[in-house]
Amino acid sequence: MLWLAVFFIVPILALARTSIAGGGGAPWWDGYARAFTGYGGFLIRSFRFALLATLIALLLGYPLAYVMAFRSGMGRLKHVLLGLVILPFFTTFLVRTFAWKTILNDAGPVVGLLGWLHLLPAEGRLLNTSWAVIGGLTYNFLPFMILPIYVSLERIDRRLVEAAQDLYSGPRRAFRKVVLPLSLPGVFAGSLLTFIPAAGDFINAELLGGPNQSMIGTVIQNQFLQVHDYPLAAALSFVLMAILSIGVIVYARVVGTEQLA
Amino acid sequence: MSGGKPRRGWGGLLDAWAALVLLYLFLPIFVIVLYSFNRPEGRFNFVWKSFSLDAWRHPFAYPQLVDALLLSLKVAAVATVVAAVFGTMIALALCRYRFRGSGAVGLLLVLPLTTPEVVLGSSLLSLFLAVNAAMGFTTIVIAHVMFSVSYVALTVRARLRGFDWALEEAALDLGATPWRAFTRVTLPLIAPGIVAAAMLCFALSLDDFIVTLFNSGSAVTYPLYVYGARRAAFPPQIDVLATTILVMSLGLLGGTVRWQRRRARAAPANP
Repeated sequence: MLWLAVFFIVPILALARTSIAGGGGAPWWDGYARAFTGYGGFLIRSFRFALLATLIALLLGYPLAYVMAFRSGMGRLKHVLLGLVILPFFTTFLVRTFAWKTILNDAGPVVGLLGWLHLLPAEGRLLNTSWAVIGGLTYNFLPFMILPIYVSLERIDRRLVEAAQDLYSGPRRAFRKVVLPLSLPGVFAGSLLTFIPAAGDFINAELLGGPNQSMIGTVIQNQFLQVHDYPLAAALSFVLMAILSIGVIVYARVVGTEQLA
Repeated sequence: MSGGKPRRGWGGLLDAWAALVLLYLFLPIFVIVLYSFNRPEGRFNFVWKSFSLDAWRHPFAYPQLVDALLLSLKVAAVATVVAAVFGTMIALALCRYRFRGSGAVGLLLVLPLTTPEVVLGSSLLSLFLAVNAAMGFTTIVIAHVMFSVSYVALTVRARLRGFDWALEEAALDLGATPWRAFTRVTLPLIAPGIVAAAMLCFALSLDDFIVTLFNSGSAVTYPLYVYGARRAAFPPQIDVLATTILVMSLGLLGGTVRWQRRRARAAPANP
């Protein structure tokens, strides 16, 4: 108990203190003033990337979770699929991101294929573009989207679906009226578990993007560890956390789910 | 696949989509395994040249990489043990007693999971800077325990939800000391939850980069080495070790699943 209090609350307080430390005779809000005036663009870009990554992950993940829950039967196949989804966790996050660097390489097969299909201009590249970063974010947090949705789908009583069909609803209507609403808590949890780490991430931006794809995490990391401008970095951290918390609360209201992630 | 829906077309499309998504999840892993057999030109293993077993024959050719991996394993082992003990204690306290502020503690447990790692890392750094702590092994372990405790507490608490406390009372009625009742009755029943959570913690700790970057000082863990490698040299040995870790974790996971199944069969009454 005490542990959590000490190692979660206290660091946050320390962060808050650092953010208002000013330094060099600057007023206490100096860090925040500079955070908003100089780095608003990074914040907006981070949220845009994270939002897109979350939407794509939902689009990719929901059908897979659905197939796992409803179409893979009761036996082995389900366990194998579940194992396959968590398998990426067993290889280092960074090494996997580096592997994307290999895949999206200028001389690599993906760039070649897209060029051949004329989807990419002749001198076009994928590395150092926003799409590479968003793809990387989607990839890295996709399992966090799939697993909660799978759990919520798995919990649905099959008899409800059968009942809907007995009452003459078509499969599509049964899905829309029964399965989808019941799986919303999973969608809610999965979206948060994807969006939050994606918004704070800087590895994908750093490895797959160029200077124009820097996210807020990149800036915080830089200011803390290279520039040593602690008040600014702490203020940025705080702003990020505050916006995310507000966003989560608003999202919870809109989706109308009581259970938090 | 079994359980086909009346409209085959839609079902087939869904299955194909799911297969594609799985392929997307796996593509980088194929690449990692494949490129561990590459003989790269120059210092960066990003472009395929020719098949070679060199890296597999000399997996420890880079002493710094080996040191980094050893440090990571050490950190993960210590952090996992500490987090498992603390997390289990928190979960037990939360389930057994209703005390003032237990709701707040429940919320506190979720918070580290829903806070971006940059914020966790930088706030810990602020704290360490404020108390002038020397960055290194200890600060990394503290940081890793911080985020691992939540996972343990939540997993064990989920396991405890279905727990029949009458069992422990029965042991006490039969003259067992509280400690004996705990070690003989409660602990074995929640052990699978603790083991699963501990494995997760170990994997998270071994893999953690962002929080570690903020709190490592000059110490270099395995992910930090890999990160540094983007500038200096990215040898295929990194892929070799990543593949080895993957295979070993799979073995461990398979072993644990088998162990839990055997337990489940041995004691079918347990929830």
